[in-house]
Formats: sequence, C-alpha cells, structure tokens
Amino acid sequence: MSPAGRTVRPVSIASFAQMQNVRRDDEHNEVEMLMPVVAEVFGTIGITKDDVDFICSGSTDYLIGGPFSFVMALDAVGVWPPRAESHVEMDGAWALYEAWTLLQEGEVDAALVYSFGRSSLGDLREILTLQLDPYYLAPLWPDTVSLAALQARALIDSGTSSEAEFAAIAARSRKDALANPKAQVAGDRSVDELLRDEYVVSPLRRHALPPITDGAAAVVLAAGDKARQWSDKPVWITGFDHRMETHSLGARDLTSSPSITKAAEVAGVHDGPVDVAEIHAPYAHQEVIVRRALGLDDSVRINPSGGPLAANPLMSAGLIRIGEAAERIRSGEARRAVAHATSGPCLQQNLVCVLEGGA
Amino acid sequence: MAERCAVIGVGQTHHKAKRDDVSIAGMVREAAKAALADAGLTWSDIDAVVIGKAPDMFEGNMMPELYLAPALGAVGKPMLRVHTAGSVGGSTALVAAHLVKSGIHKRVLTVAYEKQSDSDAMWALSVPQPFAAPLLAGAGGYFAPHIRAYMRRSGAPEHIGRMVAVKDRLNAIRNPYAHLHLPDIDMKTVEESMMLWDPLRYLEACPSSDGAAAMVLAAEDSLSGGFPPAWVHGMAMRSEPTMFAGRDQVNPQAGRDCSADVYAQAGITDPRAQLDVAEVYVPFSWYEPMWLENLGFCDPGDGWKLTEAGATAFDGDIPWNPSGGVLSSNPIGASGMLRFLEAAMQVRGQAGEHQVDGAGLALGQAYGGGSQFFAMWVVGSDKP
Repeated sequence: MSPAGRTVRPVSIASFAQMQNVRRDDEHNEVEMLMPVVAEVFGTIGITKDDVDFICSGSTDYLIGGPFSFVMALDAVGVWPPRAESHVEMDGAWALYEAWTLLQEGEVDAALVYSFGRSSLGDLREILTLQLDPYYLAPLWPDTVSLAALQARALIDSGTSSEAEFAAIAARSRKDALANPKAQVAGDRSVDELLRDEYVVSPLRRHALPPITDGAAAVVLAAGDKARQWSDKPVWITGFDHRMETHSLGARDLTSSPSITKAAEVAGVHDGPVDVAEIHAPYAHQEVIVRRALGLDDSVRINPSGGPLAANPLMSAGLIRIGEAAERIRSGEARRAVAHATSGPCLQQNLVCVLEGGA
Repeated sequence: MAERCAVIGVGQTHHKAKRDDVSIAGMVREAAKAALADAGLTWSDIDAVVIGKAPDMFEGNMMPELYLAPALGAVGKPMLRVHTAGSVGGSTALVAAHLVKSGIHKRVLTVAYEKQSDSDAMWALSVPQPFAAPLLAGAGGYFAPHIRAYMRRSGAPEHIGRMVAVKDRLNAIRNPYAHLHLPDIDMKTVEESMMLWDPLRYLEACPSSDGAAAMVLAAEDSLSGGFPPAWVHGMAMRSEPTMFAGRDQVNPQAGRDCSADVYAQAGITDPRAQLDVAEVYVPFSWYEPMWLENLGFCDPGDGWKLTEAGATAFDGDIPWNPSGGVLSSNPIGASGMLRFLEAAMQVRGQAGEHQVDGAGLALGQAYGGGSQFFAMWVVGSDKP
C-alpha cells in the first residue's frame, strides 16, 4: 500500500543488464557503452525496443562536462519512429521509479530504463563538490571524500561503529565481488591487513572508499501479461518509495538516516522477512547507517554482488542495486529482497525498493 | 485505472534579465509560495516535489535539487529532478501529473526555473564535445537554417517572422510577469534591429531571463483554491533521434505524433476549431508558423498564412501566446512550464488582462534540443 492507501500494481523487473565495470573506458563513448547493454537487456528476454511503451534514463551532464549528455545517449536505443521518453538528472534508480509510476496508471505495460556515466573523465572528487549549495558551501570546495570522512568520524564518535567494522565491510564486499564477473575491484584481504592501509582522509582508509568506475546499466520493467510472458519467474516490485533530507550538513545528524527509515516504512520493508539487501553505500561506513535505518538484522545478506565498494559507476550504481537484488530472487537465492539507492553528499536522498519472487 | 488530475494552483516570478535580489533558492521559493497561496495550501499539504531545469551547467550547480530541497519544502518527501532539454518545463509538469494520475500522491508541487544571469547559457551550450560537431553559436544559430528551410519550403514572405515578434511583445504588455515590455515595438523596429542569425534579427529572438514557474497538481478528491481547477484532458511526451539522414527538422515527426496522442486523449479532431487558446514554445519568431503546421492547426505550408491573417493574434480565432510567450520571457528551464501554466490560467479564468474570453480548452506545448523532444498537454475547465 502507498501513503494514499492505494493498491500497488505489480510490476516486474523483467530483465537486467550491466556493462563490465571498469576504472576507465577510453575506447567507447556513451552511446557505444550503452548499446551492448541495451541489446542484452532486450535480447535476454527475446524482445526489441518496439515491445516497450516508455523509455526513461538517468545521467548527469557533469561527468561528460557538457550539456545534454542524455541527448546523444538516446541513440543507443534508436528512437525511430518517435517514442515516449523522459530523463531524470538522477541515478537510474529514480528513472526506474518514474517509469514505475507510469506503469501504475495501468495504461501501458512495459518500459526500458537505463543509466550511464563515465566517472573517469574528470576529477570526480572535485566535480561532486558542485552538488553543494553554490553560495555558502561549494565556494569552500569541500570534496566528497572529506565530507564522507566527516560522517564516518561522527559515526565513530557516536560509539556505535569503528574503523574495524568499516574494514570488515570492505573485506566482505571485495571477497563477495570475486564471484561477480562484472565487478571492478575484488580480492580476499583480512581485516587486519586492511587496517594497515593508509588513510585517504581520516578515518577513511583506502579500502573504505568506492572505486571510480565507468559503467552503464539497463532494466526492462513489465506489468500485466507481458510480465509473465517475458519471465517464468517474475520478480515483482511490491514496495517503492524515496525521500529527501535537508542539504545543510550541519543541520543533519549524519549518523542516522530518517529519509531511509521513512522510505522503508512506506515501501513496506518490514511487511515480511528480508533475505538479501543490495545497499548503495559508496563508503564502507555508510553501509552501517543504511542497514540500521532500514532496520535489517544480522540475518540479512548484504550486497552479495560486492556492492558499490566493488564497482561504483556514478548514476548507475543505484539502478544496479535493484537489478542485482532482482537477480538474487530470480536465481532462487532469495525470496524477498530490498534494494537501496542514494544521491547527494552523505546520503542526502534515498530510495528503497522491495522485491519479491512468487507467482 | 488512472485518476483524474487537475491544476489547482499556479505561481510565477516576475521574469527579469537579472534577479539579483534573490538566490536561486529564493527565486524558486517565490514561485512555489505563489502556487501554494493560489491553491490555498501550505507546504505540509504537499506530498511530493518534482523540479525541472535545463542543463546544470547553465548555473554551475550539479543536480541542484539537492541544494533546493529545503527551499521547496521537500525535506522528508519524495523529490524528482527532470531534465529533457528545452522541453523540460513541460516534461516536469507531466512527470508530476503522472504521480497524481497513478494514485501515488494526492497533491504534487512542480517547479521549474532558470537563473540565466548566474552563468552563461551560450557558453554552456558551446562546450566542445568529443566526436561531435561544435555548436558554438547557441540555439539561434542552430535553428536559423531550419527557419530558412521552412521559408523555402512554404514560400513564406520575410515579414511573417516580424509579425510574430510584434504580436507576442504587444501581448506581453498585458502580462505583468513578462520580462520584456516593449510598447513601442512595430514592424519597422524589428526590421531595423541587428541581424543575429540570418534570417533572425535581435527582436525576433527570445530574451535571456531569470525566473521560475510552479504549479500544484491534485487528484479529484483533493481540490482546493479560489479558482476552478484546470483539468488535464490529455498529455504526452515524444522524442526522436537528434540526427539521421532524412530527418525532417522543420516539421518533426515527434511533434506531430505527440500532438496526435494528446488530441486523441482529449477528443480533439480539429485543434484550431476546438481549442480556445494555445501557449506554444516559440523562442524565435518563425517557430509560430512552423509549429502551427506541426501541431495540426493547418495544412503543411499554410502556417504563415494563419499568422499573416491575424488568426493567432489576441483577438484572432485561435490566440497563440497571449502571455507574450517565450519571445517575451525566457527563463529556459521554466519556459516550457510557463506554457503549461498559462494554458491552465486561461481555462481557470485567472489570466487577467491577457485572459481570452471564455477559454474552456487550452493547449500547452514545449519543445527542446534540436526540435527532437516534445511535451504537451491539453487542459480544460470541464472535467474530462
């Protein structure tokens, strides 16, 4: 049920595809990155672009350093004849949300969602500073890693987490990533070994930071007959919400996330047991905050894909969480899963999507 | 089954070359507060916020919804940020309308803006891109060849563009929010203004404005406000590729398909006869006759004849842009939403001096990019 007491129309994640996540893709432009992903997301379920009613994408101009980066990217789909199409300057998880709202009306049954970004083109740490209040904060040039470190420090100071916990999260994530062929960073290092890493910005050591990643991802959403035609084992979105927090970091308790707690409540995370959670916590310490805000206990398997510590393609990493969570259900590893996406400094904006297998 | 959706509040800023009295947050909040007041609501009545603007590089803020969230009362609420090039103001309103039509939310605030004086759109449009031909000349230079192609194709005489420039600026005098108020404009002053991009002269181009627009959209069981609601009768978006051999950039298929979809939803078979007024994205004078044809108000090749005959004038049979349109105010990201908003104002009977008498059904249209992105809606005073 939504806040308005509405019954949610079942919509399935019919197909998911992602690019091989890499530190730097010098050989392809955005269209060339997306084309194989779009071909795969359709090809896996034997459909074409003509089988979807709506297209929605997520990207940001600030990665390419020019206006309208989404415009040419549309050539990866080839919208001729013209198609109903929209774009959010947000992670693809929010593009998926927009497409999902359209399917809720019941007038169309299928949508393509995609996102992309080449984080390698500029200095990401500085570029993300431009997300900050342009009058009072951005001119001071606090970089994104330093802001995350402030949050990590606040978490340690609260007495509820530690550098050792951050290292344990990083160790688990990179070890799980060994089984994910699309991961960028994987390995098996002990917590003790990780705790000997250099600090990048104290208290964040190298292992607690996400990699810089070029990547792209796509999802096909389906409802009604198409959902069952395109999959023997549909994975349904049974709850979906997203919430914003205030911008000023000084006005927030950085160690908690009321926006995630609210979104989890509206999405109905606790209406049933959660087997798997794919959490978009780019920094290791943020997993602690997100997990607590979602109210997940220790029995929940977190980020079996390796999560954003294994690959963090800006603008796609959130959409990939939804795709990865759906794959865990499709493979039978999980019956019910939660996917989370975030945007902005220190987890300012958050999205929660509940997925379930079954008839 | 989709819910009905209506506009119950509208608000806009006084559009100017420089709004140096307000920050970006102050500017968007000004429009949003006006829309809330018009709807008789407060911030806490709003379920979600949908914001749109043209490229982030225009002001130099990356994903500015993060910074603007508190100014728009979005803290603790869902907030979406739309960007579909110049059509974005329209697309943003449509995304908000879908949140209501889907039954997910009861009341949604939608806002669009541009603060052009904070940066330089011409620069931002001209950044060299890998593997792409440099634009370098901004939007006017891009569209001028399309206008030439239209003139050649239709045989339209040179003075048509000047007529649109004069008509929309004289309309703007009736609109207190318009950026340009040029009471002395006439055919001669337009003709004598500087040539910018042949055949477009200075007075045939839109200004560069700071401004914001906002609307409150509501479900049927959540109506409020002093003016009657403007019901959404039809709405659609369409996109086509930017470049391919044989693409008709003068009369794009995406625009024709988009209007056909909207008219079908709204039960419109003869737009010129059935619609009472249209607010259409005309940033350069010649786009009035071009879009008259694209939107099916006449046969291809005849658009300029409607303009010349005065059909689109304030006292014509189908007034276009009684607000003064984009030619009189161009806060880019908001320009599309202003078209949608002005259409709603007309059917709510709240357009004041530029009210078209008895307007019951109105079209709002926005386009963007290189004429490959379209967003439209038809709103009416009667419940659909």
